[in-house]
Amino acid sequence: MSKFFVMMGHTYKNRVKSKSFLITTLITIALIFTLSNLQSIIDAFTGEDDGKTVAVLTDQEQWFSALKQNLATEDELSLQMFSGGLEEAKEEVKKGGFHSVVQLEEGEEGLPEGTYYAEQIASTEESRPIQQALQQVKAVTVTERSNIDASVIQQISSPVSFQLVALEENAKSAEELDQTRGLVYIMLFLMYFSVMMYGNMISTEVATEKSSRVMEILISSVSPVSQMFAKIIGIALLGLTQFSIFLIAGYFGIQQSRDSSDGSLLESFGLLDIQGSTVVYAVVFFLLGYLLYATLAATLGSLVSRLEDAQQIVAPMMMMVVAAFLIAMFGLNSPDAKFITISSYFPFFTPLIMFLRVGMLDVPLWEIVLSLFMLSASVIGLGLLGARIYRGGVLMYGKSSSLKDMKTALQLSKKEG
Amino acid sequence: MTLRLRNVTKKFNSFTAVDQLSLEIPEKQIFGFLGANGAGKTTTFRMILGLIDQTEGEISWNGGEVGYGQSHLIGYLPEERGLYPKLKVQEQLIYLAKLRGMSKSDALKEMNDWLEKFKVPEYKNKKVEELSKGNQQKIQFISAVIHKPKLLILDEPFSGLDPVNVEMLKEAVVELKERGTSIVFSSHRMEHVEELCENVCILHHGSPVVGGHLSDIKRSFGKKNIKVRADFETNFLEDLPGVNKYKSMPGGCELQVMNEEVSQTVFSALGDKGFIRTFDLEEPTLNDIFIEKVGASYE
Repeated sequence: MSKFFVMMGHTYKNRVKSKSFLITTLITIALIFTLSNLQSIIDAFTGEDDGKTVAVLTDQEQWFSALKQNLATEDELSLQMFSGGLEEAKEEVKKGGFHSVVQLEEGEEGLPEGTYYAEQIASTEESRPIQQALQQVKAVTVTERSNIDASVIQQISSPVSFQLVALEENAKSAEELDQTRGLVYIMLFLMYFSVMMYGNMISTEVATEKSSRVMEILISSVSPVSQMFAKIIGIALLGLTQFSIFLIAGYFGIQQSRDSSDGSLLESFGLLDIQGSTVVYAVVFFLLGYLLYATLAATLGSLVSRLEDAQQIVAPMMMMVVAAFLIAMFGLNSPDAKFITISSYFPFFTPLIMFLRVGMLDVPLWEIVLSLFMLSASVIGLGLLGARIYRGGVLMYGKSSSLKDMKTALQLSKKEG
Repeated sequence: MTLRLRNVTKKFNSFTAVDQLSLEIPEKQIFGFLGANGAGKTTTFRMILGLIDQTEGEISWNGGEVGYGQSHLIGYLPEERGLYPKLKVQEQLIYLAKLRGMSKSDALKEMNDWLEKFKVPEYKNKKVEELSKGNQQKIQFISAVIHKPKLLILDEPFSGLDPVNVEMLKEAVVELKERGTSIVFSSHRMEHVEELCENVCILHHGSPVVGGHLSDIKRSFGKKNIKVRADFETNFLEDLPGVNKYKSMPGGCELQVMNEEVSQTVFSALGDKGFIRTFDLEEPTLNDIFIEKVGASYE
């Protein structure tokens, strides 16, 4: 047993000390701080803006004033009547005197038509409000002509009140759903990335030892099974370390932005009050999911003899994670779809998709237990099978063609007599 | 603690890698295990180490099977060199020693002694990939013996070393034997085997073709070598009955003859031809035996 810990410690220490670990951790912390303070950052950038002046070219005085009135709420845009010609105005824009020019002309039936000139039209941040304001000016013009009261128009255009109410007991309310959706979204990302990252790490670890041939010495000192699980758990500890760092960084980040602004962005992600049970499920599914994929990664890694082949052989596994992730992303919008339900029982999808269902829907307990049971059974089954393939695989060298190799590896490790 | 293999056979599907191999390696001995490439040496080592299971037969050491429970008593230097290229020598050796059940302080002490002995203490904090191949080989050797194993398997320990370093490692191997280690030694360099081993076994396509005490093997081989230096043409010796091989040399020749009696025929045939500077009757070398039995040289 002590050898198991020696190996686990070695795997862990080696990775923690590595430059790549330091760099990814630092980058992610920077990212967390940026994201959690995104609101303040956006505010900081927009706050300094002095506003943009838009020249209006028109001979209809009332259009200008109507437009100005409609745009009164837009702090950044200020309109200014321009008396010169269009070419002059364009010249001004180029010189920087105006941000843009709007030419209002009388079109068919005396309704206003606008043309917007700016140096760049890629951003619609300025042009859209003007367009909308003009739309209103047009509507007012038409109603006035038809002698309809302005309040009628207002009634027509105001949004309808429409509320969603779930009838099933315990079903999540729309508000709750919005909150959990954010959390589920983030958990899905975390799971996806950690399986990708740590799964890859494990298979590389095994393949490195094989390609440097140190494996032959290791395998004569420590049994392949403890070797395999020492690596899986060593990398898991590494992941825990990394996540703890992220969590602490995230906590401070949120704390900070809570102080400064009300954190409307975080609120929309539902991160300010997290449900206890969802967190517990997240941890359980996460751990089992990790074990399943990590075991597969170690098994696959043991089959290749060169580091370059490691990427190739884990590719199908990665595709599976990507598939699970895509299904889960789709499921965020319709978690009760039939195929989401079905795929949540497939062990390789369970960690992501069952968690999604648990987070978004009111799933009966037996379904959760069943999927957890199937997931755990696959972890154990794959662990046993993987250990045997690993035992044979680490002794095999040569060109790898995965499936055939698995069979050979199994034969090599077969207990006989 | 004697290592015993009884009728050990290993089959991979229809291919028989090792066939009915029986060996006995007593304590305090270096056993030479020879064979051409692909003869089944590595497979045999792996079976001894318990990494793969034999199809038939028994392997016992110290009264039981070799397993991970005894890994602290076993040292292994694989033919393919294997160390972590990015790790420093010290980290590497301490880690591997700990996996063999050593404490860190013991491992440190042993490591320093060995590095001193091999005259490379300055490599302690260097990465393995920065060392030359010969020096890597020394580190590899240390990793196999640092935990004072009782059973040591050395697969081609001297490859890639210059003559000075070969001597250094040879001394170390003999010293380990004196301390009571059973050593299984495999090499393609017959002179090393002849120098170090009392008992040998030659494996050919998985079957032992020659085995036993080296001097017995030589005696029962029967054929002898004769070296002749003479001032006249000696190529007529080639046609004498009982002469197997004839090799012309500057100022003489080398012969292989069927048995000791033929040497006398050769001697009398040379008798009155002229001045003979040397007539030397020699035991066959292991190399001769190996070539004869296996059919090819792997120098």
